Amino acid sequence: MRWLWIDAVIEHEPHVRLVAVKNVSLAEEHLQQHFDDGPDGPAQPLMPASLMLEGMAQTAGILVGSVRQFSEKVILAKVTQATFDSDVVPGQSIKYDACIDRMDDAGASTKGIISRFDHRGGGWQEIGRTEIIFSHVDKNRSGLDLPEHNFVFGENFRAILGGLMPKSP
Amino acid sequence: MTISRDEVLEKVRGVLVDALGVDDDEVTPTSRLTTDLHAESIDFLDIVFRLEKAFGFKIAQGELFPDNINDPKYVQDGKVTADGLALLKQRMPHVDFLAFAADPRLEKVSEVFTVGSLVDFVSRKLQTAPAA
Repeated sequence: MRWLWIDAVIEHEPHVRLVAVKNVSLAEEHLQQHFDDGPDGPAQPLMPASLMLEGMAQTAGILVGSVRQFSEKVILAKVTQATFDSDVVPGQSIKYDACIDRMDDAGASTKGIISRFDHRGGGWQEIGRTEIIFSHVDKNRSGLDLPEHNFVFGENFRAILGGLMPKSP
Repeated sequence: MTISRDEVLEKVRGVLVDALGVDDDEVTPTSRLTTDLHAESIDFLDIVFRLEKAFGFKIAQGELFPDNINDPKYVQDGKVTADGLALLKQRMPHVDFLAFAADPRLEKVSEVFTVGSLVDFVSRKLQTAPAA
């Protein structure tokens, strides 16, 4: 079972851009162990930046995979840039807006913008930017002993991909 | 538009500083991408993408860095054969394979790439290829 860090795909411009969202809930187990140091009162649970990076990697990875109908094994190869300006706390939502910068047989480079939405007011605010490179692992690493089936875009992805993914044979 | 070799070197230096997180002064024409600048295999893809953007041309897979070589005609017992070496030289005139020929272990092939070989590649490409 792959740990999914996005809740839904909300926009898809084929070959170009994909947008996904995640709602951050206090019920998420990892938040019980990740706090700020409480500069303005009690310590506040924070969404870890590393998991927001994973959420963006999943969003951008889906975009890259969708270009070739999920026939390639798309593997995160390199995080070239990841900057975060602000925290995200329970009750807020995260938006991952990914676009393809460059793509060929070997892989793709992507750019992403991470935003947060505060339901108490304020709308969407950009809080981070990423540059991530993905490799088409079969094309770049032939000779590795990889499974035949596409372990990257498995069954548990289908629930959030909806119409993006081709139906099972 | 003509671009001098020094200007190419400066742009290549910028690409490598961004792709590999190295300092400007570490990037000299003789620096080897792997052993001196610590590039790993996936960095080569990043470098290709950045060179394309910096210079406005397309680089085909296997044009700058070698594709995976699995044909037994070209690799045997982990070593590049004479045929394989001839193919590499033909496809990659921007690279000096002299030292590699003396110890042609496939695992060592990435060590042939220097900053100077990238500059040579770009300079040749700018002379022959139309902008993308």
